[in-house]
Amino acid sequence: MLNYILRRVAYAIPISLGVTIFCFALVYLAPGDPLTRLLPDDATAETIALIKAAYGFDKPIPIQYLNWLGRALTGDLGQSIQTNRAVADEVLIALGNTIIISTAAVILAFTLAFVMGTVAAYYNGGVADRVATSVSVLGVSIPNYWFGIVLIIIFAVNLRWLPATGMGPGGSEGFSIWEWSSVKFAILPVLTMAMVPIGIIMRSTRSAVSEVLSQDFVQTLRAKGMGEAAVLRHAVRNALPGVLAVMGLQFGYLMGGSILIETIFTWPGTGSLLNQAILNRDIPVLQGTILVLALIFVMTNLAVDILQTAVDPRIKRG
Amino acid sequence: MTDNAYVARVENLEVKFVSRESTTKAVNGVSFTLKEGEVLSIIGESGSGKSVSMRALMRLLPSKAKIGGEVEVNGKDVLKMSGRELTRMRGKEVSMIFQEPMTALDPVYTVGDQIAETVMRHEGVSKEEGLKRALELLEFVRVPSAERRLKAYPFELSGGLRQRAMIAMALSCRPSLLLADEPTTALDATVQIQVLILLRKLQKEMGMGVIFVTHDLGVAAQIADKVAVMYAGRIVEMGPVRDLLRNPLHPYTQGMLASTVHGQDRNTDIEAIPGSPPDMRNEIRGCAFAPRCKHATELCRTTEPPETSPGEGRAVRCHLVSGMTGAEQDAPAYA
Repeated sequence: MLNYILRRVAYAIPISLGVTIFCFALVYLAPGDPLTRLLPDDATAETIALIKAAYGFDKPIPIQYLNWLGRALTGDLGQSIQTNRAVADEVLIALGNTIIISTAAVILAFTLAFVMGTVAAYYNGGVADRVATSVSVLGVSIPNYWFGIVLIIIFAVNLRWLPATGMGPGGSEGFSIWEWSSVKFAILPVLTMAMVPIGIIMRSTRSAVSEVLSQDFVQTLRAKGMGEAAVLRHAVRNALPGVLAVMGLQFGYLMGGSILIETIFTWPGTGSLLNQAILNRDIPVLQGTILVLALIFVMTNLAVDILQTAVDPRIKRG
Repeated sequence: MTDNAYVARVENLEVKFVSRESTTKAVNGVSFTLKEGEVLSIIGESGSGKSVSMRALMRLLPSKAKIGGEVEVNGKDVLKMSGRELTRMRGKEVSMIFQEPMTALDPVYTVGDQIAETVMRHEGVSKEEGLKRALELLEFVRVPSAERRLKAYPFELSGGLRQRAMIAMALSCRPSLLLADEPTTALDATVQIQVLILLRKLQKEMGMGVIFVTHDLGVAAQIADKVAVMYAGRIVEMGPVRDLLRNPLHPYTQGMLASTVHGQDRNTDIEAIPGSPPDMRNEIRGCAFAPRCKHATELCRTTEPPETSPGEGRAVRCHLVSGMTGAEQDAPAYA
C-alpha cells in the first residue's frame, strides 16, 4: 500500500512539472508583449533593454523557465503588474476566500447528492427516484450564473433576506464563518456553486448504486438473511470507488473557484482574481493563480486515487 | 416441526411474473416433499422453472413475481411470513448456494467478513467470534491454508475455492435445508467432482435436506436420492434416482438421457430432442411437451395429462404412461 502511494506521488511530479511549463509559457502564448503595458509608447531601445534585463527577459527561454521555477518553488511568484504586490500573497488571500464558499458547497453538494442518488437507486422508478432525477437534470442543465442571478433577485432584491454581493463590511479580513453577519453573504454563492455538482454526483451515484443492486451478490446477501439496511450498506460500499472519482473531479473544479459565480457575487476569490488579471493583462498574477489551482487539481486527483485503492481491494496496489 | 418431519413441503406451487406487457407463468403447479437428510435433484433446461421454484422456497424473487400455492419449510408457511420472519429464516434454516461464485460474493469484502456477517446476523455474536467461526467453517469445507484465505477477497481465490467459501457461508448456521442452484456448473470438471463429493459428505454429516438444481444428469446421479424432471414449469417425472435414470418413463426424460454422452461409439450420432421449449408467456393447451414429442397423440395436444404413479415412489405426467390413449392401452407406444 505504502509502495503504491509513493508511486502515485512520484507520478504526480512530472505532471506538476508539465503544469509549471504551461504556466510559464503563458507569457509567450498570450498575444502581445508582456512588457508593452509597463513601458510608455515612446520608450527608447535602451529603456526596453534595461527593463528586459531587470525582468530577466534577455536570457534564453529555458534559463528564464528555470529561474522562474526556482523562485516559484520558494514561494515567490513574482509581482503583480497592476498592484505591485506579491502575487503569492494575492493568490493566497483569494484562495482562502474561495475555499470558504467551495468547502461549504462541497459539503452541501456531496452529502445531498450522495444520499439522494442512493435513495433514487434503491427506489428505482418510484416517486423518490423521479424527483431526484428531475432535480439532477435541472442541476446540470440550468446555467449556474443564471441560477445565481435568479437567487439574487428572489432572496436579495424581493425578499431582502440575504445580501446580494460581497463578503460583508469587513471584507476578507473581517469574515468569520462563526458569525451570521458574515455567513449570510456566503449563502447565495454556495447554493449557486453547489447546483452543478449536486446534479452530476447524484446522477453518477444513482447509476453506480443501481448497477450494484442488480448484481448477483445482492441476492446472496438477501439469501443469507441480511436486512435491507445491510444490503444498502454493501451496495454503497461497492459503488463508492466510482462515485469518489466523480467527486474528486468536482472537488477540483469547486476549489478552483468560478469566474462567473465570483464575478456575479463580487466574491474576492480566485475566480475574481483571474478575471481581473485577464482584463488587466496581469501575466504574473495569471501565471501564479493558474499554477496554484492546477497543483490543487493534481493533488486532488492523487488523493482520490489513493482513497480509491483504500475502498476497492480490486485496484491492485502492486 | 410437524410429525412427518418434512423439511420442505411444496403443494401446487405457482409463480407468475407479471409486467405491463405480459404475464409469464414460470411455475405451474409444482408439488414435492423433502424429508430430513434427503437430497432432491431438480433437472430441467433453462427456463423450465427449476431455479424459480427453488427461490420461491425462501421467497427470493423480485416483487413482480406472484407466488401461489403452499410452501412450507420446517412446517412453517413461508408465503405468510413477514419480512422480519423471512430474514430470520434465510441463512439460518434455509441457505442457498449459487451458480457463479465470482459474482455471488461481494467483491469488496473479504471472504472471512462475509461468512462472519452471516454468523453475526443470526447468532448475535461479536465480530471476533464471527471471524473465529468463519475460520472453522473454511476448515470444515476443506479450504487449504484457511487462515490466509479468511483475509482474501473473492477475486483472489480460484473458482473452486470461491464455491467452497460460498458453501461455508451457507452452512455457517447449520441450516436444515440447503438449496443449491447449479453450484458446479461454472466449475472445471475436476473441481466440479470435488465440490460434489464435498457437498454430499457435508450433507451426510449434518443431516441436511438438499435441493440441488442442475441440468446435468450426471451430476444428479452423483448426489441425489430422488430426482424431479421439470419441463415448462411442471414436474413431468419424479422418482428415486436409480429407478428414474434406468427406466425413464416420460418421453422428455428419455430424450434427455438419449442426448447425453455415455460411452457410445464415437461415430454414433447423439440424439437430440427436436424443437425448443414453449414460450411461457402463452397459454399452453394439453401436454406442454407434445409439440416436441414423437409419440404425441390428439389427446396429448388437447388435454393436460394428470399425474399418475406407475410404481413405488414414482410419478409421471404423460398420457402414454397412464394408458389413457385407448389404442396403446396395453403397452406404452414408444416401448
